[in-house]
Amino acid sequence: MSPSGDTVARGTHPRRVVPIAAGSPGLPAAAADGDDGTLVSLYEARRKIYPRSVSGLFARWRWAIVWLTQIVFYGLPWLEWGQRQAVLFDLAARRFYLFGFVLYPQDFIYLTGLLVISALSLFLFTAVAGRLWCGYACPQTVYTEIYLWIERRFEGDRSARMRLDAGPWNWNKCWRKGGKQLAWIAVGLWTGLTFVGYFTPIRELLPAAVGGVTGPWETFWILFYGFATYGNAGYMREQVCKYMCPYARFQSAMFDRDTLIVSYDAGRGEPRGARSRKVDPRAAGLGDCVDCSLCVQVCPTGIDIRNGLQYECIGCGACADVCDEVMDKLGYDRGLVRYTTQNGVAQGWSRRQMLRRVLRPRVLVYSALLIVLCAAVLGGLVLRTPLKVDVVRDRATLARLVEGGRLENVFRLQLMNATEAPQRLRLAVHGLPGLELATEPLVAVAPAEARWVVVRVRLPDGSLPPGSHPFHFEVSAESGVAHVSEKSVFLVPHQRPAP
Amino acid sequence: MSDFTSDFWHLFVAGATAIGLVACVVLLIVSGKTRVMSAHDNTTGHVWDGDLKEMNNPLPRWWVWLFVITIIFSVLYLVAYPGMGSFDGKLRWTSEGQYRAEVEKANRALVPVYARFAGKAAHELAADPQAMAIGERLFMNNCAQCHGSDAMGSRGFPNLTDGEWLWGGAPEQIRESIVKGRNGVMPPMGAAVGTPEDVKNLAHHVLSLSGSPHDSLRAQLGKAKWATCAACHGMDGKGNPALGAPDLTDKVWLHGSDENAIVSIIMDGRNNAMPPQGHYFTEAQVEVLTAYVWSLSHPAGAAGGKTR
Repeated sequence: MSPSGDTVARGTHPRRVVPIAAGSPGLPAAAADGDDGTLVSLYEARRKIYPRSVSGLFARWRWAIVWLTQIVFYGLPWLEWGQRQAVLFDLAARRFYLFGFVLYPQDFIYLTGLLVISALSLFLFTAVAGRLWCGYACPQTVYTEIYLWIERRFEGDRSARMRLDAGPWNWNKCWRKGGKQLAWIAVGLWTGLTFVGYFTPIRELLPAAVGGVTGPWETFWILFYGFATYGNAGYMREQVCKYMCPYARFQSAMFDRDTLIVSYDAGRGEPRGARSRKVDPRAAGLGDCVDCSLCVQVCPTGIDIRNGLQYECIGCGACADVCDEVMDKLGYDRGLVRYTTQNGVAQGWSRRQMLRRVLRPRVLVYSALLIVLCAAVLGGLVLRTPLKVDVVRDRATLARLVEGGRLENVFRLQLMNATEAPQRLRLAVHGLPGLELATEPLVAVAPAEARWVVVRVRLPDGSLPPGSHPFHFEVSAESGVAHVSEKSVFLVPHQRPAP
Repeated sequence: MSDFTSDFWHLFVAGATAIGLVACVVLLIVSGKTRVMSAHDNTTGHVWDGDLKEMNNPLPRWWVWLFVITIIFSVLYLVAYPGMGSFDGKLRWTSEGQYRAEVEKANRALVPVYARFAGKAAHELAADPQAMAIGERLFMNNCAQCHGSDAMGSRGFPNLTDGEWLWGGAPEQIRESIVKGRNGVMPPMGAAVGTPEDVKNLAHHVLSLSGSPHDSLRAQLGKAKWATCAACHGMDGKGNPALGAPDLTDKVWLHGSDENAIVSIIMDGRNNAMPPQGHYFTEAQVEVLTAYVWSLSHPAGAAGGKTR
C-alpha cells in the first residue's frame, strides 16, 4: 500500500501529515505502515558521541595528513629566510613576506587566485571521491582527531569514556578530566600562538607571551584562536559539520552517480544478524553483516552508514576500516563498507569499471581549469616585476609655463620596491617630441620601501595643440631586476598659464 | 537630543524596539514548547515531484542559547548606548565624542615624536631628515592642494621654492602666514593713474623694472606715473613684505606677465587670500611645517629633505 492510498483512507485524522504529492513506491516500510508519525520538539539536545578508536588504511591516511598539515602549520613560522621569518604577514606595514617574495596589498590578485584554486580543488576532489576534504584534511577534522587522541590518553577508549562520564566524581575521574583539560588548553594556546606567529615575528612573540607582555591585539587573537580550537575540537566537533559549515552542505550538490562515497553494500550485507562462526550464513539465510554495530561506534558524527548516504557523513572511512577488520576476523571478503559509486553498486561494477568513470566530463573540466589557473598564478608570481609604480597627477596645477618657454606638468610617483635590496631607480619619460624630465632622474628606494617622489615633466610650449597627450614614464632599476612602463597624459591648456 | 520633532517618534522607536525584543523572547518560549509531527523516516511527510522529501532535522538546543545571548546583549546595549528613541544611554556615547577622543589620543601619541624637535630653530629642523619627512607629509596633506606637490605653485598660488616672498621668508613670517593666513589686497588704481593710455604706459614701465620684454618708449612715458604705485611697491619697485606688496623687479609673476595681465591688475585691482591653517595643526606641527617650507628655498640647509 502506498502512503498516499493510506492517507486517503485515513484522511480525517486531525494530526495526520498529509503528503503534497503521491509518495514514491520506494519509501521505507515504516513510513507506509499505519501509525506513521511522532511528535518531536523543534530543538534537539546534543547526544554526546564517543567515537571508538579505529585503525586501518583510511585511518593511516588521515593521520598522515594530520602530521603533514600540522608540521607545516606549527613549523612554518619558525622557518627563517635570510634575516627574517620566511612567512610573515606584516599587517601594520602592509607587507606580506612569502619566502623570497615581498607582496604588497596590490598583489591581492594572487590571494584571489589561491582562493579560486582552493574552491576548484574542492569541487574536483568532491566530484571524484566525495567529502575527501572533510574526512581527511579539514582543520575541524584534524584538530578533532588530535583532541580525541589526547582524550583517549587520559580517559581511555569509547567504553571507558562512557563509563567515566556516567560514574561519580571521584579522584580518578577528577585527575583524568583535569589532565585532559590541561592538555587541551595547552594545545589550544600553542595553536593560537602559532596562528598569531604568522602576523607577528614568532621568535619575539613567544618570549613576549611567556613574559605576559604581548600587545592587546596579539593577546586577543592568541586567546580567541586558542579558545576556538579548544571549543571546536574538544566540544563542538561534529556539530560544526552538521550545523555550522556551509561547505559541508554544498558538497552534496556536487556528488553524482559516479562519485566515490563510503557506502554499505546492502545487497551483500542484508539480512544482517549475529551468528556463530560455525554457521554458514547462506544456509542460515543471513547476509554478511553481523550487526556488530562497530561501524556506528567509530563514526565521529554518530550515524549508521547502513542507512545509506546521509548529510552528516564526512566521508572519513572509519566505518570502512573497522568493518574490514571484522570481515577479516570472520574470514569474509573485505569491503562490506567501502568507497564505491552509486552506479557501481547499482550495476555491480568492478573497481576498474568505476575508476574508468572517474575521467568523466565534469572531472576533466575541473582538472583543466585547475591546471590553467595554477599555471597562471605560479607563472604570474615567478614573472612578477618586483617594482610597482603609481602615477598621480597634481590636481591643482594642470600645467604652468616655466623659463625657456616650456610647459610643465607635475606628477607624484609612488615607487614601490618589492625586493629586499636597496634599489636605485632611473626615471625617464617617452612618447612625445621634446618631452623631458625636469627633476632628478635617479631615486634611491630602501628595501621593501614605498616612496613618493615629485616629478616635473616639460615640453616646449606650442609644440602640441591644447588637449591631453599620452606619454609613458619609464622606471628601471639600475640593478636590472625590474623595468616598469606606466602610462600618463601631458596636459596642454587652452589658455596660456602664467609663467 | 533634538533628532525628533516631537515626543511621538521617540516613543514610537523606543516602543517598537521594546516590543520587538519581547516578541523575540515570546517566540523562543513558544517554539520551545511546540511539538511537530514527524514521520518515522524523519521527514515531514511532504513529498514533491514524486520522490523529493523534506527532512525534519531539529535545531540543536545549544543554538537557542545564541538567541538568548543576542537578546541579553541587545538589552545591555540599549541601556549603555543610544538606541531607545532619544534615550542617550548610560555611557553618554556619541560619534562626535568618539572622534574627539580619537584625535586627542592620536595627538597625545604624537607628543613623543615631536618632543625631539622642541625648541629647535628652523635651520636645525631643516637639517633633520626625520623632521623633514614629517614636514613633507604635512605639506602634501595640507598645502600641496594649492601650492602643488613640488611647492612651485601655479597662477595665483605662490611658488614657495624660489626665495621670493610676498610676506617675508623668515621662519617667523612663514609661521605667521601658515597660522593666520594672508590677505593681499591691491585696490583698483585706474582712476588714480589716468587715461587708458597712461595705464598702458605704466604697465610697460612695470615690465621694464624686471627687464622683461617691453616697449621702452611707453616705459619712459609711464615712469611719470610710478609715484601712484610707489606707496606700496616702493620707489625702487622692490615691494613691501609688511603689506604683501610684491617685488616688481624680479621675474616672478603670480598673475601673469604680459601687458594685458598687468593692465587688468592696475585697472581692477587684485585680492588674493590664503586662508588661516592654524586650527588644523598642533603647535609642534606648525614648527615642523614652517621649517619644511623654509627649507624649500634653502636647499643647502636641508639635509636629505629635498634632494630628489
